[in-house]
Amino acid sequence: MAEILLSVVKIAVIVFGFVMLVASLMTLLGDRKQSAKIQNRIGPNQARFFGFSLAGIPHFLADGIKMILKENVTPAQSNKFLHTIAPGLVFVPALVGWAVVPFMDHYCTGTVQTLPQMNYTEVCVGGEWKNYFSIMHFNSGLLFAFAIAAVSVYGAAIAGWASNSKFSLLGGLRSSAQMISYEVSMGLSLAGVLMIYGTLNLNEMVRMQGNMFGDWLPMWGVVVQPLAFFLFFLAGLAETKRAPFDLPEDESVIVAGYITEYSSMKFAMMQLSEYAATVFIAALIAVIFLGGWQVPYVYADGIRFLDNHWVPFGEDAWYWISIFLRIGAMVFKILFLVWLQFMMRWTLPRFRYDQVMTLGWKILLPLSIANLFVTALVLAIL
Amino acid sequence: MAEDIYQPLDQDIHTEPMILQMGPSHPATHGTVRFTLTLDGEKVIKCDTEVGYLHRGFEKECENSTWTQVFPYTDRLNYVSPLLNNFGYALAVERLLEIEVPERCNWIRTIMGEISRLSDHLTCVGAGGLELGAMTAFLYALEGRELVWDLIEEVTGARLTVSYGRIGGVKDDLTEDFADRWAYTRGRLQEIHANTHKLLTRNRIFLDRMQGTGVLTPEMGISYGYTGPVLRSTGVDYDVRKDHPYFMYGEVDFDVPVGDTGDNYDRYLVRMEEITQSIRIIDQCLERMEPGPVNSDDPRVVLPEKEKVYNSIEGMINHFKIIFEGIQVPPGEVYSYTEAGNGELGFYIVSNGTGKPWKIHVRSPSLIMMGGLHHLIEGGLLADIIPTFDTINMIGGECDK
Repeated sequence: MAEILLSVVKIAVIVFGFVMLVASLMTLLGDRKQSAKIQNRIGPNQARFFGFSLAGIPHFLADGIKMILKENVTPAQSNKFLHTIAPGLVFVPALVGWAVVPFMDHYCTGTVQTLPQMNYTEVCVGGEWKNYFSIMHFNSGLLFAFAIAAVSVYGAAIAGWASNSKFSLLGGLRSSAQMISYEVSMGLSLAGVLMIYGTLNLNEMVRMQGNMFGDWLPMWGVVVQPLAFFLFFLAGLAETKRAPFDLPEDESVIVAGYITEYSSMKFAMMQLSEYAATVFIAALIAVIFLGGWQVPYVYADGIRFLDNHWVPFGEDAWYWISIFLRIGAMVFKILFLVWLQFMMRWTLPRFRYDQVMTLGWKILLPLSIANLFVTALVLAIL
Repeated sequence: MAEDIYQPLDQDIHTEPMILQMGPSHPATHGTVRFTLTLDGEKVIKCDTEVGYLHRGFEKECENSTWTQVFPYTDRLNYVSPLLNNFGYALAVERLLEIEVPERCNWIRTIMGEISRLSDHLTCVGAGGLELGAMTAFLYALEGRELVWDLIEEVTGARLTVSYGRIGGVKDDLTEDFADRWAYTRGRLQEIHANTHKLLTRNRIFLDRMQGTGVLTPEMGISYGYTGPVLRSTGVDYDVRKDHPYFMYGEVDFDVPVGDTGDNYDRYLVRMEEITQSIRIIDQCLERMEPGPVNSDDPRVVLPEKEKVYNSIEGMINHFKIIFEGIQVPPGEVYSYTEAGNGELGFYIVSNGTGKPWKIHVRSPSLIMMGGLHHLIEGGLLADIIPTFDTINMIGGECDK
C-alpha cells in the first residue's frame, strides 16, 4: 500500500509538478518571451493581474482559458472516433516515458561511501538503496523509453488520416516517415553508448558517468561518445518534430500538417505533447550523455577533487545537500537542453522533406554505424 | 482534365495522383492566388495557377475619375511600394502633356522611389525567410521596413496609401530634417542587411532550400516578358533605370546586379544587392540635390497657390476648373514605363482630350510573372513552391488590378 502511495506521489510530482509545468511554461517563456527577446520585440504583456503584467504569465493563463472555451470542431467527413482519440495517443506516450527517468540516485538508508580506488563508485554501507527519485526502477529502462517514444508516431499518423483533409494527410505521412527514419539512427547512435556502459538501466548509466578518467575528467557520455552525442541530439530534434525538423506541421506549405483540423483542447493537447516530447528528449540526452544528476566532483559523502576530500556542513547534512544539488543539476541540464532547442528553433529555417530523409538515411545512419564499429573496435582492443 | 490526371502511374503498387487545392486562402498564397496542384507523393506534376481574387477593376475605375483622382488607386497596385506606382503614373501623364517637372522634383522622386524599393525588397527577403521557417530573419527585415515607412510617413503623411505623387510634381517638399533621419535609418538598414546576410546567406539549410529550385532560364524569362529582379537573376541585365533612364537615374552612379543561374537563391541575392544599390542612390541624390520649386509652374496642371485662390478671381477659377473638370490632357496615347519593385511597371494611357482618362492599362510585372509560374513549380517538390512563389514576389493588388 505504501509503495503504491509512493508511486502516486512520484507520478504527481514528476509528471504534473515538473513535466507539465516545464512544458506549459515553455509555451510562454520559450515560444513567446524568448522569441520576443531574440527578435527585438517585447512579447506578450497586455494580459494583466491587477495592472501587473507579471512577465506575461497572465497571458499564458488567458491562453489556456481560451483553449478550453473554444468550440471543439470535428470535420464533417472525418472519422470521429479516431479524430478524438488521436490527441490522447500523442499525449500519453509523451508522459509515460518519464517513468524511467532518474532525477537522482536511489536513496541510501545507511551511509554512502565513495571509493576512489574503485573509480569513484558509490556504495551504500549498512543500509539499502530505496528508489525515491524515479517513478520506476526498470532494468531495461532505455528500451522502455524508446518503445514509448516510438508509439507516439501512431497518434500523429492517425490524426492526419482521421481529419479527412489532404493537408493533414500529408502531415501525418511526413511525421510517420520522419519519426521512423530517425528512430533508426537514434537507436544505432546509442548502441555504442550501451556497449560502453553495458546496461540499459538509466540510473546505472548515470552512476557509471560519475567515474573519473584520470581522477579529474568525469566520464560523461559526451566525453566517451562525442559523435554519438551529436547524432542523438540531431535525431532527437527530428523525433520531437520541432524546428528545423517541423515538416509535419510546416505551416507555410501544409497549413498546420496533422493538426490542421484540430481546435480547442484537442489542439492544446497536441501542442502540449510536442513540448512534453521536447522536454523528454532533453531529459534522455541529459541522462545518457550529460551525466544525468551527476555534478562533477560532488559525491554523497563530500567533495572530492584529485586527492582532496572536503565534507562541508558535516556528513548527514551534506548527504541532503548533495541530493538537492543533484536534483538541481538534472533539472538545470534538462532546461539548458530545452533552451538550446528553442534557440535553434528561432534561428534556423526549415528543411525540405527530401533533405530530411537524405540527412537521416545517408548522413546520420552511416555515421552512427561507423561510430558503432569504431567503438566496438576500441573496446575489443582495450 | 480529369482523364489525363487520373492516369495511373507506371509502378508496381497502384497509385493515383492527388489533386490538392492550395489557396486562395492558404498561408503560402498571400495575395490570394490559387494553385490547383496534381501531386505524385510530394512531387508536383501539374500546377494550374489562378489569379484574380483581388480584382477591383482598377482600369475601369480610372475611367470615371479625373487624372488626379487616379493617384489613390495607384497606391493600391503594389501596396508595398506605392510611391513607385504614383511616380510611374505621374510620369506617363506628364509625357502625354509634354511638360517638364523641376529638377528638385525629379531628385525627390528618385529618392522616394528608391526608399519604396527598399521597403519592397526588405519585405520580400524577410517574408522569404518567414516562409522557410526563419521567423527571426523576417522580423529583422520588418524592422527595416518600419524605419523606411517612418521616413515615408514623415514626408507624405501616410504609411501605406501615400498618394504623394502629383501630375507636374509632388505633394510637398521633403521635410527639413530628412537628411538627418535618413542618416539614422541608413545606419540601421545596413546593420539589418548585414544581420540578414549572417542569418541566411551562408546558412546550409537556406542554401539547400533555395539553390537549384524554381530555375528560370533567360530565354524563358524573356519570352514570357519577365522583368525586374527575377529576370536579372538569370543574367539578363535589363533595368529600366539604366537602359531608359528617367527622373535622375541617368545622373547617379549605381550598379545593376545580375545573377547567373536564375534560381531562388540568385533572386534572393539580387534583391539583397539592390538594397545596397538603393542606399547608394539615395546618398548621392541627397548630396547633389539643391533647393528649388518642387512643382511645375504650368497653370494647366498645377493648382494655384492658396493666396491667389482666395484673393483673385483668376486664381479661384483656375482652382475650380482643375478640381472639377480635371486637368485637360491633350488627345493622344502614350506608353510609359518605369522600374517598380518587381519589374517594369508600364502605363498605357489614351486620352480623348477631357479631364478623365479614356483608357488606362497597367502592365503590372506581377501578373506577367504569374503567367509562367507553373513552369518554375512543375517538377519540383511541394515545399519548393514556397520559396519560388516568394522570390517571384507576386503582390496581389498589382497582379489582380
